[in-house]
Amino acid sequence: MRNPFGMDRRDFMKRFGTGLVVAFSVGKSPLRAGALAQDDTPGLNAFLKIGEDGKVTLYAGKIEMGQGPITSLPMEVADELDVRLEDVNMIMADTDLCPWNEGTYGSLSTRVFGQVIRGAAAKARAVLVKMAAKELSLDEAELETFEGFVRSRSNKSKKISYGQLTKGKEILETSVGDVPLKKVSEFRIMGKPMLRVDSEEKVTGEAKYSGDIQLPGMLCARILRPPSLGAKLLSVDTSKAESMEGVKIVKEGELVAILHPSQHMAGKALATVKAEWEEDEVDLDHESLFDHIQKVSTQRQVLASEGDLSIGKAAAAKEVNGIYKDPYIAHSPIENHSATAVMEEGRLKVWASCQTPYPTRDDIAEELGMDQKNVQLLPIFVGGGFGGKIYNPQAMEAARLAKLTGKPIQLSYTREEEFVYDRLRPASLVKIDSGLDEAGRITHWDFAVHMGGGRESEHFYDIPHSRTSVMRAARDTRDHIFYIGAWRAPSVNTNTFARESHMDMLAAAAGIDPVEFRLRHLEHDPRMAHVVKSGAERFGWTPAKGPSGRGYGFAVGIDVGSYVVVFVEVDVEKDTGYVQVKRAVCVQDMGMVVNPQGAKLQMEGCILMGLGYALREEIQFEGRKMLTTNYDSYSITQFNMVPEIDVHIVDSKDETPYGGGEPPVVVMGGAVANAVFDATGARIYRQPLTPERVKEAIG
Amino acid sequence: MKTVQFELNGNPVSLDAHEDESLLWVIRQQAGLTGTKFGCGAGFCGSCTVILNGEAVRSCVLPAMEAAGSKVLTIEGLRKNGELHPLQEEFVKNDALQCGFCTPGMIMNAYGLLLQNPEPSHQDVVIAMDENLCRCGAHNRIIKAIQDAGKQMKKSVAP
Repeated sequence: MRNPFGMDRRDFMKRFGTGLVVAFSVGKSPLRAGALAQDDTPGLNAFLKIGEDGKVTLYAGKIEMGQGPITSLPMEVADELDVRLEDVNMIMADTDLCPWNEGTYGSLSTRVFGQVIRGAAAKARAVLVKMAAKELSLDEAELETFEGFVRSRSNKSKKISYGQLTKGKEILETSVGDVPLKKVSEFRIMGKPMLRVDSEEKVTGEAKYSGDIQLPGMLCARILRPPSLGAKLLSVDTSKAESMEGVKIVKEGELVAILHPSQHMAGKALATVKAEWEEDEVDLDHESLFDHIQKVSTQRQVLASEGDLSIGKAAAAKEVNGIYKDPYIAHSPIENHSATAVMEEGRLKVWASCQTPYPTRDDIAEELGMDQKNVQLLPIFVGGGFGGKIYNPQAMEAARLAKLTGKPIQLSYTREEEFVYDRLRPASLVKIDSGLDEAGRITHWDFAVHMGGGRESEHFYDIPHSRTSVMRAARDTRDHIFYIGAWRAPSVNTNTFARESHMDMLAAAAGIDPVEFRLRHLEHDPRMAHVVKSGAERFGWTPAKGPSGRGYGFAVGIDVGSYVVVFVEVDVEKDTGYVQVKRAVCVQDMGMVVNPQGAKLQMEGCILMGLGYALREEIQFEGRKMLTTNYDSYSITQFNMVPEIDVHIVDSKDETPYGGGEPPVVVMGGAVANAVFDATGARIYRQPLTPERVKEAIG
Repeated sequence: MKTVQFELNGNPVSLDAHEDESLLWVIRQQAGLTGTKFGCGAGFCGSCTVILNGEAVRSCVLPAMEAAGSKVLTIEGLRKNGELHPLQEEFVKNDALQCGFCTPGMIMNAYGLLLQNPEPSHQDVVIAMDENLCRCGAHNRIIKAIQDAGKQMKKSVAP
């Protein structure tokens, strides 16, 4: 018998032994692109197995980098399946055992993956009830499930365990989605706050990250890097390093690697290597950057438009225009990109600090000319990702060196490599032209993001005439001179900073309290209006037009379906320009919540990470040479910057979960800039709001 | 290559060390204790913090040779007879971590603080912990965990 996905049932079950297995796909179509990458499990993205002992195992391609699926995914399974939470075990992202997954980013784990897991668990429960009806000679309607048993509703002692039902059987179910999920009101486990399940490992030092793997005969690798990005290697002299005891050198094309059993000695040997480079000369630095962006981003793509801008302009009594600037910033997880790789009997095993184990495996296999079946990424904790570990050059380099040398290789990037080879948040600039009529209503809104992304660039206010554009460089024109990528809520931070700063300017120009001004332009959107009002109330906002001198500010945003507001109170030291955020109040409507505790951790983390980009973070450079390559020159949030925080999740009646990993991070820039304006009357258009910039703006 | 002798988590050790090799790499690679993390390599982030003779130090910038004859305590040495140290326990109870990579350094730095100041105020904790970096944003929970642990430890030594 073959299952609907064309896989041989017996081969499939061999992997799991006896029991009930539910295999299911995530995504609209079971045959969506990419799902086919693992050829022995086509179309199936996750497995759930109920063993003879009643224990449930979830095989999930997701990784744990702090954001919490290690705690929340088993909660979803246990609740839908009606088993005890401690009976659910999860195997995460072992590419040999768990089926293909696109990666862990974009708040996909709960929003998309979790929903399908719940469907599979619900399906498994329905199958078990059907089997029990036969065993117990009772009607299905007379049965209920409870903590791993199916039992009679009227006579609770008449019961049979899931383990007894599946014992010795090989049952494979692949159709999922035909059994309804539990309603929020029926949850026993979901919706209740749960502490992290991985804490004990992490507080004892037992939790393993990719640089913690230690293998016999392992060599540490350091790679020769150019003095600036894009430089070409002309010549290299490794003679001195070669003479050092224990040093092994690999040269392949432009790759020059120094290997040594000791990380310290590999670094010492690398320092003796002499190389000549032809640098990629670019006349640009972090100050001239914004002129460059304006000059080259000439190609307009209109993402949305409404009404007619010229009619709006004609109706304006007052025009309010602004240009908002965002620098390059780094992901800067505390764990640098690392990987350990070893060839064993023709198979390559890789542990990598990586948000995308499957695409990384596929890339390694392709690049090294290996069969995908012979490359395995193994489960490992990831020390922070934030989008930066979607890209894994270190895994490729370690894999290549392991294949070339036949030795176990460990490659841990230095902090400098972490900065230089990071896929930065793109530097970009947003221009907004807008106007107000006599009554203080917005007449028009012309928003253009230059060299940034379009996500959440479209406004959500009541504005009759508007246009939203992305401006890109023409083909063949050099735009970004560093690698760019997805920084937590990619593009949304930039677009929200600009939109919410500008809304605050409009409110001030109209002489209207900024909360009132938002609400007047949110009449069509009661969900967002509710979030704004709840935030204002928890914060203790009293109406005043800006600048009020109080140092109050807020910003509103949308991220992967969640609605969020953060209110902050700041102190601005007028003589130094130093900004201290004293408190932050966040209200978030994220739909259905699986683990409110985990969700709050993410909200708090977003607020604090967001303070970093709002106040401090900026990559500085001269040409393609980065100047900020460690924490003496690149500052992230520190304890002394941390405000008192109050986070609140809206009790939503919505049964759908929206994104939880990012929302408050998107509003921090706008909230802080608006509070600084409220305190000082000075509008700052360029992030971060460093003391120098604030002082200059105050004048 | 030389040998350096010191007391590591209560046990005498004799470990190989290269000239000017940092204590961090000797602990990780020679002693095989990987709880102490490499983060920045320059003493800025605090992931590599260990206790040396009762004081929190950055092991990534401390030459291993300078630890000769000293008492070194790492995250692996905190749990006694299977019982978590109050700091570890309070980090767990307060969910004072996310990715966990900075956690060993945070706990060891806090251990150094509590040795000197068993009941630190909020401000004392902020000052002491300011140069231990956390990117996930668990700061307020870490502050609370440290203060709670201080109280917990005071109770446990009371008669």
